[in-house]
Amino acid sequence: MAVKNRMRVIFLVSLLVLSLSLTACGQPGTTPSNAAVSGLSGSITLSGSNTVQPLAEILANAFTALHPRVRIVVQGGGSSVGIKAVNDGTVDLGSSSRELTASDPKLVVFPLARDGIAVIVNPQNPVNNLSKIQIRDIYSGKITRWSQVNGTDQPVTVVAREEGSGTRTAFEEMIMGDQPVTRGAILQSSNGALLQVVRADVNAIGFISFGFLADKSVKGLSIDGVEATLANARSGAYPVVRALYFLTKTEPTGLVKDFLDFCAGPEAQKLITSEGYVSVH
Amino acid sequence: MSQSTNIPQNQAGGNRPQILSSASHKQSRYAVNRMAKIAMIVCASSSFLILLVIIAFIFREGLPAFIEVGFFQFLFGIDWSPSRGMFGILPMIAGSLAVTIGSIAVAIPLGVACAILLAEIAPFKVREALRPAVELLVGIPSVIYGLVGMLVIVPAVRQIGGTGYSVLAACVVLIVMILPTIISISEDSIRAVPRKYKEGSLSLGATQWQTVWHVLIPAARSGIGASIVLGIGRAIGETMAMIMVIGNAVMVPTSPLSPARTLTGNIAVEINYATGLHANALFATAIILLAFIVILNSITMALFKRGFRGQSES
Repeated sequence: MAVKNRMRVIFLVSLLVLSLSLTACGQPGTTPSNAAVSGLSGSITLSGSNTVQPLAEILANAFTALHPRVRIVVQGGGSSVGIKAVNDGTVDLGSSSRELTASDPKLVVFPLARDGIAVIVNPQNPVNNLSKIQIRDIYSGKITRWSQVNGTDQPVTVVAREEGSGTRTAFEEMIMGDQPVTRGAILQSSNGALLQVVRADVNAIGFISFGFLADKSVKGLSIDGVEATLANARSGAYPVVRALYFLTKTEPTGLVKDFLDFCAGPEAQKLITSEGYVSVH
Repeated sequence: MSQSTNIPQNQAGGNRPQILSSASHKQSRYAVNRMAKIAMIVCASSSFLILLVIIAFIFREGLPAFIEVGFFQFLFGIDWSPSRGMFGILPMIAGSLAVTIGSIAVAIPLGVACAILLAEIAPFKVREALRPAVELLVGIPSVIYGLVGMLVIVPAVRQIGGTGYSVLAACVVLIVMILPTIISISEDSIRAVPRKYKEGSLSLGATQWQTVWHVLIPAARSGIGASIVLGIGRAIGETMAMIMVIGNAVMVPTSPLSPARTLTGNIAVEINYATGLHANALFATAIILLAFIVILNSITMALFKRGFRGQSES
């Protein structure tokens, strides 16, 4: 009997703890006035491009701060994962950092932001500027030493993203033309992993979304003398800018539409700019 | 069918000690017995079923790539560039083989030597200190090995030459990863050799080394073989740590310092963004990987089984 009683106590205590933690989760630190204003509730699931993911998380946080009874679950996975998931109906909203192609399903596309792709090197590398042609020659394997582009007499470690990556697809379109990326290129499967390689190797060169340039552990190169800055990306002077998208299966309604409207609105676009992306406006 | 005939037999056998147990108690015992049996059958067949489902799924998704690209074109093509419609996985096969052979070649002698040391030679205290350490190594998640490889081994290899992301770095990481498996299983099998073999050998005047080399190792051969099979399995199947240190470049490695890509890495690196034929080609890579593991395992098993039999017959 004593054992049974003890079990019951444990059960009750754990129930209590669970319910307390659940209520704590249900009320993120928002001001009560906001809570009173918003009538929206429900949840949105989102998955897709890992370039869009950090931005989507920030937008989701901003949205749920306005509407505390809304939950938005943001997952990564990759552009193709997002496209597939939204088409299968496993998520409400997909995201993509590449254009939809003929082999992709028909989806409704919402431009979210534009994103510059920075060509990055280790901060210890003396090179600050490369021409588009030089970058192409480095990535196609024609230039193999930094001394060929006014750098140190060291071999170039070419680092790229994997085939099919939205960032790589955009980079190939805008820089490589029809030249293939050299076989010897080190390939990493996310922006973060690529960043890590360039951070660790003095001779590395890589390319990455502007959104990941915020930490100064790598150096963004000027391309044809145009610095990799948001202002240059917005003005169109910077040559490597691509679009980021949200995707839905059908014309959005209800909560998803509210969220998409929010993302297109001035407040969200201001956030997008402050995170290092280019606003669609 | 045989199970259903078994149960009445058991009941008949259990009828005898009637005085000791009441009828209801007995019935519940048989019910438990039957239920346990059914539960076992369900568990055993479900694991087999899962295997079948996995194989069926991989083949369903992968076969279109073989048909579209051509089996030999896929297997022996040296160009892998899905965006250009080129699907040849020879570089990945070469990469997987290079890291597996490279790491196994070092890990087997090292591991078996360490197992002999732990089982036969080391004093009790040393053994008690080393064994838990080795066992702990088995349980460390591979991403940790990858991280250490990326931050320590890759820069070290860079000092020798190249970018550091290389077959050599991958081999070093794999050696560390598979050593514990080989050591602990080999040690157990050496320890399981009947004591009289060793005593017989020593009493005939053989030295300790002669005893280890000519008696213990041959007798423990199948166990050592099993440890090598598991080691190969881990080496060829390792994904995360390999992605982190091998560089994932699509090329047939020309030297230990050149980057490469493994079959597992090929799938893991690209699956996120793959659609259509590209995705099919990755599943086809999985078919090749599966075939590889089956072939390597059966070769190793055959080698060690024959060796063991030959030894015991002579």
